[in-house]
Amino acid sequence: MEYEAVIGLEVHAQLKTESKIFCGCSTRFGESPNRNTCPVCTGMPGVLPVLNRRVVDFAIKAALATNCTIQRRNVFARKNYYYPDLPKGYQISQYELPIATGGYVEIVVGGERKRIGITRIHMEEDAGKLVHEGEFEKAHHSLVDFNRAAVPLLEIVSEPDIRSPEEGGAYLRMLRDILVYLDICDGNMEEGSFRCDANVSVRPKGAKEFGTKTELKNMNSFRNVERALEYEIQRQIQVLREGGTVVQETRLFDANTGRTVSMRTKEEAHDYRYFPDPDLVPLEIDDEWVERVRKTLPELPLEKIDRFQKEYSLPLYDCQILCSSKNLADFFEEAVKLHPNPKGISNWIMAEVLRELNREKVDISETKLKPAHVASIVKLIDEGTISGKIGKSVFEEVYRTGESPEKIVEERGLVQVSDEAALEEIARKVLENHPKEVESYKKGKTGVIGFFVGQVMKETKGKANPKLVNEILRRLLSS
Amino acid sequence: MAITREEVLHIARLARLALTEDEVSLFTEQLGKILDYMAKLNELDVADVEPTAHAIEMTNVLREDVVTNGDQREEILSNAPDRSGDCFRVPRILED
Repeated sequence: MEYEAVIGLEVHAQLKTESKIFCGCSTRFGESPNRNTCPVCTGMPGVLPVLNRRVVDFAIKAALATNCTIQRRNVFARKNYYYPDLPKGYQISQYELPIATGGYVEIVVGGERKRIGITRIHMEEDAGKLVHEGEFEKAHHSLVDFNRAAVPLLEIVSEPDIRSPEEGGAYLRMLRDILVYLDICDGNMEEGSFRCDANVSVRPKGAKEFGTKTELKNMNSFRNVERALEYEIQRQIQVLREGGTVVQETRLFDANTGRTVSMRTKEEAHDYRYFPDPDLVPLEIDDEWVERVRKTLPELPLEKIDRFQKEYSLPLYDCQILCSSKNLADFFEEAVKLHPNPKGISNWIMAEVLRELNREKVDISETKLKPAHVASIVKLIDEGTISGKIGKSVFEEVYRTGESPEKIVEERGLVQVSDEAALEEIARKVLENHPKEVESYKKGKTGVIGFFVGQVMKETKGKANPKLVNEILRRLLSS
Repeated sequence: MAITREEVLHIARLARLALTEDEVSLFTEQLGKILDYMAKLNELDVADVEPTAHAIEMTNVLREDVVTNGDQREEILSNAPDRSGDCFRVPRILED
C-alpha cells in the first residue's frame, strides 16, 4: 500500500522588540544570567503586566503578510503549568481569541506553487532557560536564568497541509524569510529565535481521515527539520506495514543519529486550565491601526521573486536564491543599476559571493563588499579588460580588503592582454615547444587545444584573453 | 457531590501538591460545597451575556517599547531560597 504524510508545523518566533512583552526589561541576547529581570517578569506578587505596543504592531504585520484575518477583540489568557522556567506558574498567552486566524503562506516546490494554510497566530511570552548543574546524569539541581522569560513570541500554527519533508522545509524557509523581511524576527534557528515543532502522521494515499500523529521536537536547523520528518514518516510507514499501530507521543530528534526517539513520559492529558488573565484588559484593534501597519509592509519574498523573474529575466532558481535574504536582493539590485547585466551579476553573486558568505557564515552587510565592487568586476570582464579567471582573484582581494577592483587591476597589472600580435607570438612559441601535442591535434585529438590555451595563460600569468587565444591557436594549428 | 476524589487528586498533582488521605477527603468535601454554592448561578439565564473577564470596561492599556528597567539582579535574587552565582538554583525536575 502507498502511504502519504500529513504534516503540520508549529513555529515560535521571537520578536525583535527592545523590551519584553509586559515589562521594561531589555530583550538583549547574551547578557549574563538574570541581568534582564524585574518583579513583573519574575512573577512577584502584586505586580501588573502592561502590554508592549510594538508586539501588537509586529503581530499585525505577520498576520497581514500571511493573509490572515485579524481579530478585532483580543484577550490574553493564562496557560497554567508548573515548571521552574516559568516563574508565575502560568504563561500569558492567547487562547480563544488569538490575534489572527485563517491565512496562508505560498511556497514554491519543484517549480510548482502551493498554499499552506495558517490556522492561527497568537502573541505570548517566552519561558526562562534551565541549565542542569554539573553532569546531566548526576545533576540534582538546575540553574534558572530568567533573561528570556517574557521575551515576546508569536506562535504560528499551520494547517496539516504539508505532504513531504521538502514541502515542510520550503514552508519553514518561506515563513522565516517573511518574518525577516518584515524585520520582526531574526529567524535564527540555531540561536533559538525561530523554533519549530512538527505534528506528523501517515495515511493510505487518498484516505480522508488522519492517522495517529506524533509530535516532533528538538530540531534546531532547517535541515534537521527535514531529516526528522523524513525519518519519522518512514518509521510510521514501517510500523503500519508490519501490522502495528502508531502511538500518539512526543518524540525527540537526535541530530547525531538522524533518528527520532520517544520521550517515554507519562502522557498525562494536557490540562492547562486556560482562563482570561484578569491583569490584562482586552485589546481592541481597529481598522485605522491595521491600515497604519499595512502601510509599513515591505515587498515580501514571493513578490520580490516574481518581480525579479519579470524585471531581470532571471531563472526561478536564481531569483529564489537572491531573494532568500533581503540584504542580498538589495545588493543585487544596486549592482545591476551600476552595470545592467543581471545574469552576469547574479552568477557572480551565487557562485563567488555566496561561497565566501557561507564559508564565514556572515551576512553580506557584515562584509567589506559593496555592490559597486561586484558591478565593476563583471563590467571589467564583460568589456574584456580582465579574464574571468583574473576576475576571481581580483574578487578574493576585494572581498578581503574592500579595495576597488579597478585599483587592484591597475596596481597589479592584471589588464588582460588582447594584443593579437603579442599573443600570436606566445602561441607560436608554445606550439614549437610541444611538437608531440601538435602532432596529436593534427591526428584529430582536438581536445588538446585546452592544453595549449593553458600554456599560453601560464606564459601570460593568466592575463591573456582566453577567447582570443583560442582563435589564434585554432588558426595556427589549421594552417 | 460536585467534585470527585479523582478530580481532587488530579488538581493536586497539577499544582504539585502532595496530599494525605485525610486532606483528600477534607478537600473533596470543601471544594464540593463551594462548587454547589457557585452552581446557584446556573439558575440565571445568561445566554445573551458576554462572559465577563474584567470588572472594568477598559481596553488597550499599552506601553511603548522602551527599556526602562536597569539592573535589579541582586534584589531579584535576594528573594530566592537558593542561588548559584547569578542563577536561581532549584531541585532538578525529573520527567516521570
